[in-house]
Amino acid sequence: MSNQTPHVGLFIPCYVDQFYPNVGIASLELLEKLGCKVSYPQSQTCCGQPLANSGYERDTIGSSEHFIKTFGDFDYVVAPSGSCIMHVKEHFPPEFHGQNTYKELQGKVYELTEFITDVLKAEIKGEFPHRIGYHSSCHGLRGLRLGASTELNVSPFNKAKQLLQGLDGLDWVELTRKDECCGFGGTFAVSEEALSVQMGKDRLADHLEKNVEILTGGDMSCIMHLQGISSRNKQPLKFMHIAEILNQAIQ
Amino acid sequence: MSSRDQIIQAIQKVKSDNKTLPEIPEFRVPEDLLATFILSIEGNKGQVVSKEDFQSWLEEKGYLKILSNSERLEVSNLQILPSDPHELAELELAILDGQWASAENGAIWLDDTQLRLRAIPFITEHLVITIPESNILGNMHQAYDKIGAAHSGFGVFIAGPSKTADIEQSLVIGAHGAKSLTVVIV
Amino acid sequence: MSHPSKAAEFLKDQAKSHWHDETLWFVRDKRDKISKSIPEWENLRTLASGLKDYVLNNLDTLLLDFEANAKKNGIHVHWAVDAEEHNQIVHSILEKHDCKAIVKSKSILTEECHLNPYLEKRGVEVVDTDLGERIVQFLQQPPSHIVLPAIHLKKGDISKIFHEKLQTEKGNEDPTYLTHAARLHLREKFLKAKVAITGVNFGVAETGEFVVCTNEGNADMGVHLADVHIACMGIEKIIPRRKDLGVFLRLLARSATGQPITNYNSHFRSPEPGKEIHIVLLDNGRTRQLARDKFKNSLKCIRCGACMNTCPIYRRSGGYSYGSTVPGPIGSILSPGIDVKKYSTLPFASTLCGSCSDVCPVKINIHEQLYEWRQEITKANPDLAKGMSMKMASGIFTSPLAYKISGNLMRKSLKALPKSIIYNPLNVWGKERDLPNPPKESFKEWYKKNRP
Repeated sequence: MSNQTPHVGLFIPCYVDQFYPNVGIASLELLEKLGCKVSYPQSQTCCGQPLANSGYERDTIGSSEHFIKTFGDFDYVVAPSGSCIMHVKEHFPPEFHGQNTYKELQGKVYELTEFITDVLKAEIKGEFPHRIGYHSSCHGLRGLRLGASTELNVSPFNKAKQLLQGLDGLDWVELTRKDECCGFGGTFAVSEEALSVQMGKDRLADHLEKNVEILTGGDMSCIMHLQGISSRNKQPLKFMHIAEILNQAIQ
Repeated sequence: MSSRDQIIQAIQKVKSDNKTLPEIPEFRVPEDLLATFILSIEGNKGQVVSKEDFQSWLEEKGYLKILSNSERLEVSNLQILPSDPHELAELELAILDGQWASAENGAIWLDDTQLRLRAIPFITEHLVITIPESNILGNMHQAYDKIGAAHSGFGVFIAGPSKTADIEQSLVIGAHGAKSLTVVIV
Repeated sequence: MSHPSKAAEFLKDQAKSHWHDETLWFVRDKRDKISKSIPEWENLRTLASGLKDYVLNNLDTLLLDFEANAKKNGIHVHWAVDAEEHNQIVHSILEKHDCKAIVKSKSILTEECHLNPYLEKRGVEVVDTDLGERIVQFLQQPPSHIVLPAIHLKKGDISKIFHEKLQTEKGNEDPTYLTHAARLHLREKFLKAKVAITGVNFGVAETGEFVVCTNEGNADMGVHLADVHIACMGIEKIIPRRKDLGVFLRLLARSATGQPITNYNSHFRSPEPGKEIHIVLLDNGRTRQLARDKFKNSLKCIRCGACMNTCPIYRRSGGYSYGSTVPGPIGSILSPGIDVKKYSTLPFASTLCGSCSDVCPVKINIHEQLYEWRQEITKANPDLAKGMSMKMASGIFTSPLAYKISGNLMRKSLKALPKSIIYNPLNVWGKERDLPNPPKESFKEWYKKNRP
């Protein structure tokens, strides 16, 4: 750490900005409570993931350049989203790979929970007496290795679980399929709608069978998809992003 | 240009930077090789008996058509080894000597020397394979080390009785090969 | 050929698709349990991956070594540029031996070449002897999974077709009873066949031998009773040394079915006296894939099927929804190489969850290749509908002002429009999902007010 407090650039995914501002607010407040100097550069737009995942990575040159410029001056770039961070780290168009500005960016982008556990090395002390089902979003899990995926023969670890289990009264539920995909998958949610919905329903059933009270995770895209199915089917589940839980609980 | 040349040339056109051939390290093996081997065979739905128990087991079974290539077990009233394996279509029991075994998975190595006719362990209704306890190794790497460069026209690792789960994942023992495997520790 | 419509069709039968999903998850679970019992599991995967990387880089010398050694041992080696040539070679061997009835053990390669119909048209009876394959052969269906060909069928379906073809008791669905009936029926075929065809799991360059792995013993029953053994091998199935088999055999069955090893692992080096062994080395697009830098790793595949068992999409849509010989995640990175237009929906039949890459015993970066194929497909199919809206989106995301305006518009219109317009059939999202409640202000707007 330098002798001045590092400056964190807050990166808020476009759909969080538009539909879930509370998650942005919670992320900001949480980082501030943990002693960070945080700014939200207003000119940010989108990381380009929806385009790239649809096969148009070559059309994200503009947005990628814009992203690098927007976040150029920060010491860290933190987002409450595993998939967006993974995209920034790995899927800017080939023109950027190897360039110094991109390399620098790749070295300083973090998903929120891994920033707290790995960079701030902070514990969250507080209370959250609720029964929690954690949804391990795939890009964060297998892309950023925020936890040990069940496919691998490695010592189990999970950065989000580490933070949540520090909260008093929190009841962590073990699911039957601990890290199966929710079925959102970006445009997959619309192009393979039947599969997407079935996968979401199956995830929800796993949580409901275990009497989960609040379904949480690190990516609002997954939660938006699951919540959409859940509310259509009038299920008794609540949904919160992990930033909201940690921000609410922290003392 | 022959197809062979066409294919080889197509491959040579795309040769890129060199990769090194990885060396296979030694891995830790279980402490009690016999116990591990027995568990493996049983897990594969075979069974393991001692040399002493073998005779009583054989008597109990009462097989009439028995073929043995074994130098380790004494069995009477044996079939003669035919030259045509089709003549073994009604064979009830075959007794063969195994060379090496891998405790981690129960696989036992036999080659043409032990088999004499390759069809025997498959066409027989029931199979017995002998293995000296001292020939039970830790894993497949050790087995291949022991087999080394030995040249036989055919060799096979047999790890259990024939089986299938192709009908709704229900395990059925006895598909096309032997319906049972009994391993005799000598 | 559209994966989404086939998947939707499969999902209509909720009970069956749920059962299919649970059955394959069970196999994935078995794989997990056994892989976690091997402390060096991840080491083995890295080794296997490294061995296969070496193979792809030295494929020419390894194949030539294999050929030289195999020939020295009395094996006839043939080379086939494509499926047609492969089938011609096989047929000519049959003709030479005046053979009109053969038995065949599981070989996905022969499926790829459509060998069965080729031979049948020329008056040869082909009997597939793997139980699952015999079942689908009776039903005139292709296999739906490369390791578990009949995984999509219930015992009732099998009982019915066996009653018709083998005269088993009507309504008797007991798997043991049905398997035993198949044993007797196929035993007759084994005893009569003069030529047996097998696939190849591994060809060993160092020794010129090749290995065939089965649980049922059907490959061996076929070849040891026949006079001629024809083995069909994809050129990428070669491995350098005999001892490398130790690595691959420890990984293969554990990845495929959760067993420590297949029952029979037969190493063929020379024919029995008086008999013949032929091996056909097939290209059929493999050298083309080798030339694709981003996709050549797909040739490391040892055909274990673990990626299919773990894929949440495969489990819920079935092998037939892919329309390709090899389905599932690996199929989705192999097939577009064969026909980028026909198989254009396959790389999109994925959420890029990455589970496939984590179970692959040879560490193929399947999910990354799926992403890369998407880039190729949009280039090859420029009139895809997504293109227009994506270009618009690209404009919006680059310009903060345009982004801000469009976001506002979207949220405001969601508030104002009646539900009937938002949730109409054209709005696919809204078919079975609610949209999020639009908040009164965006994060940007909140930030401006609260953190000036």
